Amino acid sequence: MGFVNLFAAFFRIGLFGFGGGLAMLPLIYQSVQQFGFMDPAEFSDLLALSQVTPGPIAVNAATYVGLHFAGLPGAAVATFGVVLPEFIIMMMVCRFLDRFRENRLVEGAFTGIRPVTIGLLFAAALFVSDGVLTRGPVISKAILTAGAGYFDWIAVGIGAGAVLLMTAAKMKPIRVMLLAAAAGAVLGGTGLIQV
Amino acid sequence: MKNKGEVKELASLFAAFLKLGLFTIGGGYAMIPQMQHLAVEEHGWLTDEEVVDCIAVSQSLPGIIAINMATYIGRKLYGMKGAVCATVGVVIPSFVIISLIVLVLGAIGENPWLQGAFLGVKAAVCGLILVSAVRLGRQVLRTPFQWVLMLGALAAIAFAGINAVWVILAAALLGIIYSSIRSGKEVR
Repeated sequence: MGFVNLFAAFFRIGLFGFGGGLAMLPLIYQSVQQFGFMDPAEFSDLLALSQVTPGPIAVNAATYVGLHFAGLPGAAVATFGVVLPEFIIMMMVCRFLDRFRENRLVEGAFTGIRPVTIGLLFAAALFVSDGVLTRGPVISKAILTAGAGYFDWIAVGIGAGAVLLMTAAKMKPIRVMLLAAAAGAVLGGTGLIQV
Repeated sequence: MKNKGEVKELASLFAAFLKLGLFTIGGGYAMIPQMQHLAVEEHGWLTDEEVVDCIAVSQSLPGIIAINMATYIGRKLYGMKGAVCATVGVVIPSFVIISLIVLVLGAIGENPWLQGAFLGVKAAVCGLILVSAVRLGRQVLRTPFQWVLMLGALAAIAFAGINAVWVILAAALLGIIYSSIRSGKEVR
């Protein structure tokens, strides 16, 4: 029964979680509480871990909860559960899109959706900067009044360096990330930045 | 699968998404710059415009954005087999790394070198997403209508806190109205 509940809970999270990883965490929290998979203190460990380890946040969270609940088989069940709805829905939607790609309504809808997606990407760039490049929310009145101390200038420098390496030096994104990781490790390890 | 070429292609798709899963730190959006690089510049699987479509569809549907993108691209390239390879590929690094940390290390701890590395990556990701937005924007934003939609969406989501799903639905509706008015004019 436990495995069925675990699968059902994570299937539901994949099915109803809109907006990707971070936005799905409250839903994950509710389900985890409801079924008693772990207590709130353990959940805060999950929050920290799933955001700093590689991979999609919700997959990390599913693996973590599953492991906690029933070891590796639990991890496999929860992860499969959270991924399956996306897979099924996307296969169906793509099939629909293939069939109606030439349809005037679908084509019209995409002429509206494409520019909005660019807006979403700019918004995403702002959201990921929250608390990383700044010491508080990026979109706030505080940013206008707080002055230079509001920004983490070392992080801003790394971000700006990444932009330069990508554009001026045409470096691959993976190399840029590895360089940034190395720079951050040295800065953190030698105590130049507070982590 | 009888065809050796097909196995090789699926293996390279799987490997590409394995790499994407491994280097996505901080959620699905962090995957976009690398996904764009891999799919457009390195493998020539998609055009920039198709990447935008992939992001648009992935963002509009429920669930994990990285999984949506993997399934979308995998299916587009090699159908069902491709979708499975890409999706499994993007999940495996998460699964293995979390399992290793929980079962072997117990916790990630407060190692300042590791924490610093994460901070460095997170800071770089901010810049990388910005570069992707500008790069893809250059392909997509050509008319005043498109600029208005882009800025409107940015304002609605970042400043008004409106859910992205509503913004995308509204954009679809506006797009339909706009193109039917335009095609109406062309007929006359």
